[in-house]
This record gives sequence, structure tokens and C-alpha cells, in this order.
Amino acid sequence: MSDKKVVIELRNVDKSFGPIDVLHNINLKVREGEVLCLLGDNGAGKSTLIKTLAGVHQPTRGEILLDGKSVTFDRPKQAQEMGIATVHQFGGTFPLMSIGRSFFAGVEPTKGWGPFKVFDRKTANEIAVKAVQDFGITRIDDGDRLVGGLSGGERQSLAIARAVHFGARVLILDEPTAALGVKQAAHVLRIVNEAKRRGLAVIFITHQVMHAMAVGDHFAVLIRGAIAADFGRGEKTREEIADLMAGGENMAELEASIKV
Amino acid sequence: MSTTGRDQKTQSSLGNIVRRPETGSFVGLVFVFTFFAILGGPIFVGAPGWSSWLNIAAEVGIVALPIGLLMIAGELDISVGSVIPASSMTAAIVSGHFGLAAPIGILGGLGVGLLVGFINGYLVAKTKIPSLIITIGTMFAVMGLTLGFAVLLVGSTSVSLVADPLTKKLLGTFVGGMFNVSMFWWAGFVAIIFYLLHISPIGNWIFALGGDRESARNAGIPTANLTIGLYMLSGFAAAFVGILQLLTYTSAQVASGQPFIFNSIMCVVIGGVLLTGGAGSVVGIVIGTATFSIVNQGIFFSGLDPNMGSIFIGVLLLAAVLSNDGFRALTIKLSTKKS
Repeated sequence: MSDKKVVIELRNVDKSFGPIDVLHNINLKVREGEVLCLLGDNGAGKSTLIKTLAGVHQPTRGEILLDGKSVTFDRPKQAQEMGIATVHQFGGTFPLMSIGRSFFAGVEPTKGWGPFKVFDRKTANEIAVKAVQDFGITRIDDGDRLVGGLSGGERQSLAIARAVHFGARVLILDEPTAALGVKQAAHVLRIVNEAKRRGLAVIFITHQVMHAMAVGDHFAVLIRGAIAADFGRGEKTREEIADLMAGGENMAELEASIKV
Repeated sequence: MSTTGRDQKTQSSLGNIVRRPETGSFVGLVFVFTFFAILGGPIFVGAPGWSSWLNIAAEVGIVALPIGLLMIAGELDISVGSVIPASSMTAAIVSGHFGLAAPIGILGGLGVGLLVGFINGYLVAKTKIPSLIITIGTMFAVMGLTLGFAVLLVGSTSVSLVADPLTKKLLGTFVGGMFNVSMFWWAGFVAIIFYLLHISPIGNWIFALGGDRESARNAGIPTANLTIGLYMLSGFAAAFVGILQLLTYTSAQVASGQPFIFNSIMCVVIGGVLLTGGAGSVVGIVIGTATFSIVNQGIFFSGLDPNMGSIFIGVLLLAAVLSNDGFRALTIKLSTKKS
């Protein structure tokens, strides 16, 4: 696993909002074709961490390295231009827009010249449908369909396909399976594997250990803003990970005590 | 769907028509027009009737179009109610009271609209205060300033302006003695805003902004600039209506804009724009404006008690909101089943 190139790395990153320290001394590496699962309970700092990666926040101390070079993002757009894409829980798509329009929001293909640019609906639809189908979602075949008519898993897949299409190299997935049923979640996990196969560096945020174990190569557990554990695939059992996420408390014991 | 017997193509084209949110608005327009045509008879169907509602439609329509864009983007603009008089008062004071050329006063009036729009847009984009509250605030502030400056500079809340013939002809005459030139300006606004929303890529940004602001920003859409731009457009359109009013009636009144606040929102909602943002069309807004104006004026031709007009508009508004929600549900449903 270590022979692959490191795409993105965090080195000694701290983040504080005024007097409140949210992240302490975060060190992480994600290689190409590798899925890093970022685990943590609510409030552990997962969101702040990914927002720092996505350029929404700037690290207070420490640095972010992309391909070994130190980078700073003043705005989310800069991070995007360098290939860091974030897909949020609700898909980053627009329910009342067509698939084609939603896919190209912000980067519309146009026809025409000068100020008289025309949104090129046909091209947009064709590219969008093809990009999604390449990810194995063959049920999507009409770019004029509204995003709101898709299932949660399909919306996630659309958003991931969109990110990859626009040149993402680092894919940050913010709890993509949280609101989904078992089958839909499996769907999304397959897409994650496909992204991995294509050589993307994937950061997968979740608090569902099973989902993490299904796709993860590498795991980092965040507790109160610090990395409490960092380990590779197969190094820990599901129970151990769950215990770590709960902040070191023994979940098995807790579960047992509830059952009484 | 229960259309198993039909072939796929019929189903989808039928679905496409029914799915259009304007369909409901159009049915409403036909109903309202027929109703008043029967009651109002030939006068309503002839030039007097058409000119009467088109004159109303043009003014409220110019304001309603950018309000519609804002509502699609998920925002409101209440301040138009005082931008209209602020603009006409500015133009009247500059050109009427101080005697500068009319075009200078007009530019001043339009400038006021753009400035108020910029302030609205800036506050909405940079704070988390709901736009309803922000624009109510700017509405009162602008109203107070208009009143204050009018009294301070002119000593009156009503200022008159007699413009040169060309300006008057372009902005404030009645073609054929009945049709206000404002309706041609309205047509121009319709064309520009149609292009903006449905043809240019910016339209996509507006829909995305109304669909999900956070995602739109993440997708790289310049949401702050877009919001500011939309508010400036709204301020500009309201100021333009203020100018049209000034040149039509040759005097500026401090309190002439209030009805436009609710009327413009009603036109937009009757026209099928979702209150929650994210969906709507220019065709719908135009239909909504026409429907509103027909009811507003048709009542005088119908022989009914004019107070009935408000009841009509209220019922239409509620029916429109209900059918909007219905259409949205239907849209998503048809869209899902079509596979």
C-alpha cells in the first residue's frame, strides 16, 4: 500500500475558532486509489477537518500538502480547482433541477458567442448521463429528469460522478450513507470502490463502522479534535473500532448493560 | 402510472405538458379572462378592457419579473415599495425642482434603485438575516429618506416634472390614447429576463441558488455576487417603474409604491414560482401578471362590487399555491416513474 503516491497530506494541522480549539495536531496521508475512512462521533471535529481540506476554513497552524507541495486555499473554489471535491450528505444536487442542469451547475456548457451565451442543454444532458452510467448507474438514462425523482443513492452517485467528471483527484465524502437504506448504501459503497479503482484518493466520513470496513484501506478515528487511532485494513475488529469511536468507552459493555 | 396501454412517447409528451408548472397558471388565466369577458362583455374584450389591464400589468410586471428571479433564488424583496417613489422623487427633484435635463434626473432615479439593490444584496449575501427582514428594513429606511429629502429640499411630499417631449414620448405617453408605452418596456424586460433565466448559463445559477444555497456555493457558483446582482436588477426595475410613473403622471408622490410589494409577489406566485425557491419560469410570471391584472381591472367592467376583486385575488393566490405544491409533487412522481 505504501508504494502508491501520496496525493494529499495534512501535517500538524491545528484549527481553532477564536479561543476554542477544534482540531489538534492532525497528521493524515491519503494515497491514490486508497480510501481513508474518517471515523468519529458527532462533534469530534470531522466536519471541521473536511472543511479545512475543502478550503472553507484555513488551518490555524500546520500545512496541507498536495502532491508533496504545500498549498493554501483561500476559498472552496481554489480547493476545487486543484481537484479536491466534497460531496455532502444530501448529495450536493438540486431536487427541482434536471439531471443535466444539476450536473453542470456552476460550469455550464454554452453555445454562442460573446455576451449571448446559450446554455447547451443537449450536450449537458449527454455528458451527465454518460458520466453517471460509467459509474454503473444504468437506471439514469434521461438528462431531463429531475434530480428530486432519483433515490438517495442515485443522487449521491450523481454527485460523485459529477465530482470525478470535473477532475477531482481527492474525493471527500461527507457521510454519504447516513440517510440511506441498506440497499442504497450498498450502491454508494460500490461507487466508492469504483472511484478507488480509478485511482482517486477518497476520504470517507462515516460513523457507521460496517460501511467503513466495507471500503476502507486505512482508518483514522477522531476524538475531540485529535486523531485517537490510525490503522490499516484488518488491524482492528469492528468492536474495537466502535469502542474507539465512542471515545474509549467500552461499547460492548455498554450494550450489555442496556440489555439487562 | 396507469397509462400502461399507451406507448412510451405519448405518455412522456403528455406528462411533459402536465408537468409544466405554468399549465396550472395558464388554466387560471383562461378561466379568469373568460369569466370577465362574459360579465364585462364587448367593452372588456375590446381595446378599453385590454388597455386597462395591460397598463396595470406593464407596471407591476416590470417589478414582478426580477422579484420572480429573486423568489426562484429563494429570496424576497419588499423594498421595491419604497424604491419606486424614491426613484421618481429623485428624478423629479433633480429635473423638476433643480431644472436639470430630464435624462440626468432619470439616471439619478435609476441610480437610487441600483444603490438600494446593492445594499439589499450585500446584506442578504453577507449576513444570515432573512431577506424578508432586511428588505423590510431597507424599505422603511428608503421611505424615510425619500420623505426627509423631499421635505428638506423641496418642502413638499409631491414634486412635479414636465419633461421634454422626447423623454415624455418614450416613457410616459399613451399610444392611441389608451395604451401606455410602459407595456413595450415590459415586453423588453420580459425578453431580457427570459434570456437571463432560461437561455443563459446564469439561469442555471439562479435555480441552483434557490435549490440549495450551500451546494450552489460548493459547486463554484459565485452566490454572493449573484445575490447582489439579482437585488440590483430588482432595484433597477422598481426604479424604472418609478420613472415611468413620474413621466406618465408628471408628478412624484412619496407614498406611491406600497401596493407593488404584495402585487408583485402575487403575480409571481400565481405564475407558478415556488415559494420555497428553486423552480419557476418567466412565462409563468407573465401569465401570473396578466391574471392578476385582469382580475384587478376586470372587476370594474363586470358590474360586480369592486371590493369583490380582492376576494378573487385572494382565492386565486391560495389556489395557485396549492396547485404549485401539487405540480411539484406530480413532477417528481412522474419523473420517478418514467424509467
